Amino acid sequence: MEPIEKFRQETREWLEANCPASMRTSMPEEETPWGGRNATWANPDSKVWLDRMASRGWTAPTWPREYGGGGLTKEESLVLGQEMRRIKARQPLSSFGLWMLGPALLEFANEEQKREHLPPIVRGEIRWCQGYSEPGAGSDLAGLQTKAEDKGDYYLVNGQKIWTSYADKADWIFCLVRTDTAKKHDGISFLLFDMTTPGVEARPITMISGASPFCETFFTDVKVPKKNLVGELNKGWTIAKRLLQHERDMISGMGLGSGVGSSASLEALAKDYFGEANGRVASAALREHIAKQKMDGKAFALTLQRTAEEAKAGIGTGAASSIFKYYGTELNKRRYELLLEILGTQGLGWEGEGFTEEELGVTRSWLRSKGNSIEGGTSEVQLNVVAKRVLGLPD
Amino acid sequence: MALVLTEEQQLLRDTATQFFQERVPVANLRRLRDTKEPAGFDRGAWKEMADLGFAGILISEKYGGTDFGPVGLGLVLEQAGRTLAASPLVSTVLLCGSAVQLAGSATQRQDILPAIAAGELIMALALEEGPHHNPTHIATRAVAEGSSYRISGKKTFVLDGHVADRLIVAARTSGKDDDKSGITLFLVDAKTKGVSIERTLMVDSRNAANISFDNVVVSADNVLGSVDGGTDVLDQVLDIARIGLSAELLGLVQAVFDQTVDYLKERKQFGVVIGSFQALKHRAADMFAEIELCRSVVLDALSALEARRNDVPQAASLAKARLSDTARVVTNEGLQMHGGMGMTDQFDVGLYMKRARVAAATFGDGNFHRDRYATLEGF
Repeated sequence: MEPIEKFRQETREWLEANCPASMRTSMPEEETPWGGRNATWANPDSKVWLDRMASRGWTAPTWPREYGGGGLTKEESLVLGQEMRRIKARQPLSSFGLWMLGPALLEFANEEQKREHLPPIVRGEIRWCQGYSEPGAGSDLAGLQTKAEDKGDYYLVNGQKIWTSYADKADWIFCLVRTDTAKKHDGISFLLFDMTTPGVEARPITMISGASPFCETFFTDVKVPKKNLVGELNKGWTIAKRLLQHERDMISGMGLGSGVGSSASLEALAKDYFGEANGRVASAALREHIAKQKMDGKAFALTLQRTAEEAKAGIGTGAASSIFKYYGTELNKRRYELLLEILGTQGLGWEGEGFTEEELGVTRSWLRSKGNSIEGGTSEVQLNVVAKRVLGLPD
Repeated sequence: MALVLTEEQQLLRDTATQFFQERVPVANLRRLRDTKEPAGFDRGAWKEMADLGFAGILISEKYGGTDFGPVGLGLVLEQAGRTLAASPLVSTVLLCGSAVQLAGSATQRQDILPAIAAGELIMALALEEGPHHNPTHIATRAVAEGSSYRISGKKTFVLDGHVADRLIVAARTSGKDDDKSGITLFLVDAKTKGVSIERTLMVDSRNAANISFDNVVVSADNVLGSVDGGTDVLDQVLDIARIGLSAELLGLVQAVFDQTVDYLKERKQFGVVIGSFQALKHRAADMFAEIELCRSVVLDALSALEARRNDVPQAASLAKARLSDTARVVTNEGLQMHGGMGMTDQFDVGLYMKRARVAAATFGDGNFHRDRYATLEGF
């Protein structure tokens, strides 16, 4: 047997034996396994599943073993993913540490930092948040003003961040700070610090969806040990850009229809809410909109597939990936607008009786989706990037 | 998906690129138009295309073809689209060659396929009867009389109809005008008594014709495939043509886009190149995104054909709808961004726009294929 097939067989057996039955169902939002010091487990199986997967390093399958990862090759990691999907296993851990910070630490951090921070990420023990945007630095992120002053054996951090996802629940923050006020991009550094440090305060912001996933985060004379600087002083922008790429990749996958309201297809919902005639959605205009949406979604999925195959074969320019964030988020927003049209007034309820959980979920997700084309670089910024870097149009 | 080209395919792509750029550039189409060339295409270039193996790309080696397959054909058509090369590729190779290969008897194949591959036989499919693609609306009738049939009716928008040596005619042998079954395909020599062919001059300067059949008598030996069973063959052949046209449109769209981006970098107003204006940058970047998706759906459709996947109809409609619509957007935007120069005959963008509209209308535009996709997907 080929080694990879042997790996597949062992993996299949291990997953069968270790994945709890309730972890093979679609995940309600309240069971999202964020981990962290103050983790709550709406379903205790989530914790069992996380611990078992983390013990093999399979929450971070391709990270090196010495930092707690699974040490798998790309091919093995793909097999693991396939075998997990085969039994509909949930992802054991949702974590900005895994998706964003970890890859950046592997590339830019020193040995001591890797050993300190990567294993707790793998085990879901420390929950991270990202301190990037500021009230005065959104699309123009490099204009950030939160400053860190060199005080000999520590940095003194003062300033304010905004749109910090789950800052009120996070244990640590990776944070962009200004260490040189004379330069813009070359005056930014990348700091890590504990959210329980005196002087840190996070206040949740209520969004149009009614949820509060984002915070305003204030830093008042926060003392950060100097060993928590990642990479060189004033070279944080390089790390920041790389991290943003990981963030965009994460967000652009949304266009493929994850989340609430995606379990039932658009056409099935349309037949339910509008009725059908001769097997067709009763409204011809709506039917056309659904067809267009599905065809655009299919074309986008094929483009993700093509880019992955091209990368694997070492051909192509990879230019297509520059459109993923833009196209995926705009596609997702159109999808929710269409869902709302399909549900009619049943998609416009806020809470309480008269609406199903799913209907209310669509409404809230529709509101949430509006942020997709703002966070992680607005659609307009993405288009600027394509125009400049891919098409070579001048400033 | 067929992403990694074989050595043979790479060679074919390079050959096609060079051939169309050097031998059949846009200037060639202008010459055909301005000299009112009676054939409507360059017979010399077509012969060279046949010698390069392009005419026999879908034909097996047994019948003198090169059998490079759909992906190979896509590569050629994309390059032909870039230079607006007029040729009988769609009529003779995609449509009629495929129909004969799929449904022809051994005698018919032997009679027709080697001649197509050699570039010696031009054929046309007489299908449409109205201004919109509607492959099952066939009022043209074929009535059996002993061992022959008598065909009467009118066909329109027959690609290469006035230069074709032989026609494939879709006629009704049973049922009502809009029935899916009851359609039969006939091989008809263009010079048969009762066949009247009138060339129509289209906006893209390419060939089409109106053809009427007035009690045209053909032998039962000329039935292609089974009596009343033409729809199955037509469905497959039309999907091949739709995918081929999508590949051609991909080349067209890419060419217009490249020319437009070049123009944005060169044209100056207010003391700067107009490509520095964000209003134009964003529209250009948005088109880039749409074109990337176009490339994916075309490659997927060609792969579906090549692998004989069972979702060829969906892939064909996905590709044809997207390419028809994107070609409209990109040629319109291309023209607008060229300003007044885009309105002149001297600039090529207008030629691309005209071809884009005709190719979009050929065998179903975006509206037709969204409707078809929804039906295929069961809603």
